[in-house]
Amino acid sequence: MNAMLRQLGGIALFVAVVACIPLFTKSGVVLNFVMMALYAALLAQAWNILGGFGGQFSFGHALFFGTGAYIQAMAQLQGGLNPWLALVLAVSGSAAIGLMVGALTFRYGLKGSYFALVTLAFAEVFRILALSVPFTGAGVGLMIPLAESFANMQFASRKGYLYLILGFVSAALLVTWWLKHSRFGAYLQAVRDNEDAARAVGVNPFTVKLGAIGLSSALMGAGGAFYVQVFQYIDPGIAFGPGTSVEALVAAIVGGIGTLWGPVLGAVVLHVLADITRNLFGQLPGINMVIYGVVLVLIVMFLPRGIAGLGATVKSLFSKKGKP
Amino acid sequence: MMFDAGILFSSVLNGLTTGAVYALIALGLTLIYGVLHIINFAHGASLMLALYAVYMLKIQFGIDPYLALPIVVPGMFVLGYALQRVIINRASHGKDENILLVTLGISIVMENAALLVFKSDTRTIDTAYTLTTIPIGPAMIALPKLVAFAGALVVSAILLWIVGKTDLGRAIRAVAKEKHGAKLMGIDVDHVYAMSFGIGLACLGAAACFLLPAYYVNPQVGSGFVLVAFTVVVLGGMGSFGGALIGGLLVGVVESLGGLYLGESLGQIGIFVIFIGVLLFRPQGLFGAKA
Repeated sequence: MNAMLRQLGGIALFVAVVACIPLFTKSGVVLNFVMMALYAALLAQAWNILGGFGGQFSFGHALFFGTGAYIQAMAQLQGGLNPWLALVLAVSGSAAIGLMVGALTFRYGLKGSYFALVTLAFAEVFRILALSVPFTGAGVGLMIPLAESFANMQFASRKGYLYLILGFVSAALLVTWWLKHSRFGAYLQAVRDNEDAARAVGVNPFTVKLGAIGLSSALMGAGGAFYVQVFQYIDPGIAFGPGTSVEALVAAIVGGIGTLWGPVLGAVVLHVLADITRNLFGQLPGINMVIYGVVLVLIVMFLPRGIAGLGATVKSLFSKKGKP
Repeated sequence: MMFDAGILFSSVLNGLTTGAVYALIALGLTLIYGVLHIINFAHGASLMLALYAVYMLKIQFGIDPYLALPIVVPGMFVLGYALQRVIINRASHGKDENILLVTLGISIVMENAALLVFKSDTRTIDTAYTLTTIPIGPAMIALPKLVAFAGALVVSAILLWIVGKTDLGRAIRAVAKEKHGAKLMGIDVDHVYAMSFGIGLACLGAAACFLLPAYYVNPQVGSGFVLVAFTVVVLGGMGSFGGALIGGLLVGVVESLGGLYLGESLGQIGIFVIFIGVLLFRPQGLFGAKA
């Protein structure tokens, strides 16, 4: 009980501190950095729910990101809906796609590497569809007209977007916190650690994993909707291409999967690294991703529990005298 | 929509020539899977590197792509051997997912390093025979595609001979079946792992030499191939050589006919639909026995 409340206090403190940042600085660079780091954190948190707590490594989380982004754009452009209403549609639409993909793959018992590959293939199918059908604007993409107001979910300064994404990130933190302490979360982690044993004690792995992919894809869809509101543009490559899938996965793994703060930590560390390389090398194409790739390889090789698991990894190094 | 027999015939023939190269790429992947039981996600990016090697040899030194075979194939073998020994072998910590992540990391590094060095331009090479076509029945097939078809089959045959008839092949098969038993018989398992990985990447070197005269290279070219190669491998049954050969030809034909009936961009969907369908409904592959 104590740990539960302490973590809740930690979340409240984090939200309060981040919310105060715009009070101390008007610098667009700083606010933009915080906003983008929070955005990356949201994607990593979404991935962590399915990958970290559920043990199902998705290589195609862009599928849910892109679905959310396109629904957000199309509901406004073609449906004439208010962006806040569109957001509700985007989140539930991505969750629906997540449940559909989950129902198909988990029904047929796809696990491990096969699950990773099949999610990647689903994202590719959606990318090609978005390129081919007329109502997504095909290769040209969709553009949201500029109309800055709170009702339009478009803000004149980064401050507004920062509060919006902070809202999403705290929702994701609360969901993760709930997973750590609820019966459902315990079921999910039991299925991750040993599916047969979990089934033997009466847990239904199928419904538990389905719940996880539903939550994960809903948050990912919120990330997609946020992207559309900030950049007012989406195209098939941004929406369903492998870039977003990789970003979500790398940040979660670098930070430490299956933890409350790992994804946030990973996203911040990666963004600081990206900023440093940008200052050192300028805007060279690809340099950021080279760093991400190298960090991913090094973390998996030497810190399999991520930065958040650093303490545990070091401890096991000394206690067993063997490999971590 | 109906097409006359001539167009259909040439489409199938074109599909078969592409399919042979797919088969060669998939053979490398299935060998690595069959022996190490890992999925090499960096397979597409490694092919991209090999294509750039062939490209640079032609541009810098004027070496014909087919004559580059004895340089690129051993080069890719060494790269594969080193990658497995130095990085991948040390990263598994006993979990398959870790291998997938490490090979994903390697592919990200390879792709973006290529982007840094070569920029995102799509490059092609000119050879005397690039535009030569050979009539086969009512169809006209580009000469480089025919060479690729024949070359892919020859390299596949060599690979099957290595695995089937040589001492190294026996060691590879022993490790694939029962690595602890193989170790007790005095086989250096880590060495066999690295050899298999090296041979898998050497196949990509050969594929690159056959591909480039009729194809192009850019930093993203591998990601297109990686899913195709996985499709071929799961279609043929993970770890099955015969399956990879037939699966490759089949996928080539499906892609070609899909392009004919659905148009270039939508035509690719056929491959992914096959991939998802096989994984869901027949994960042992078309020719594999039920596990």
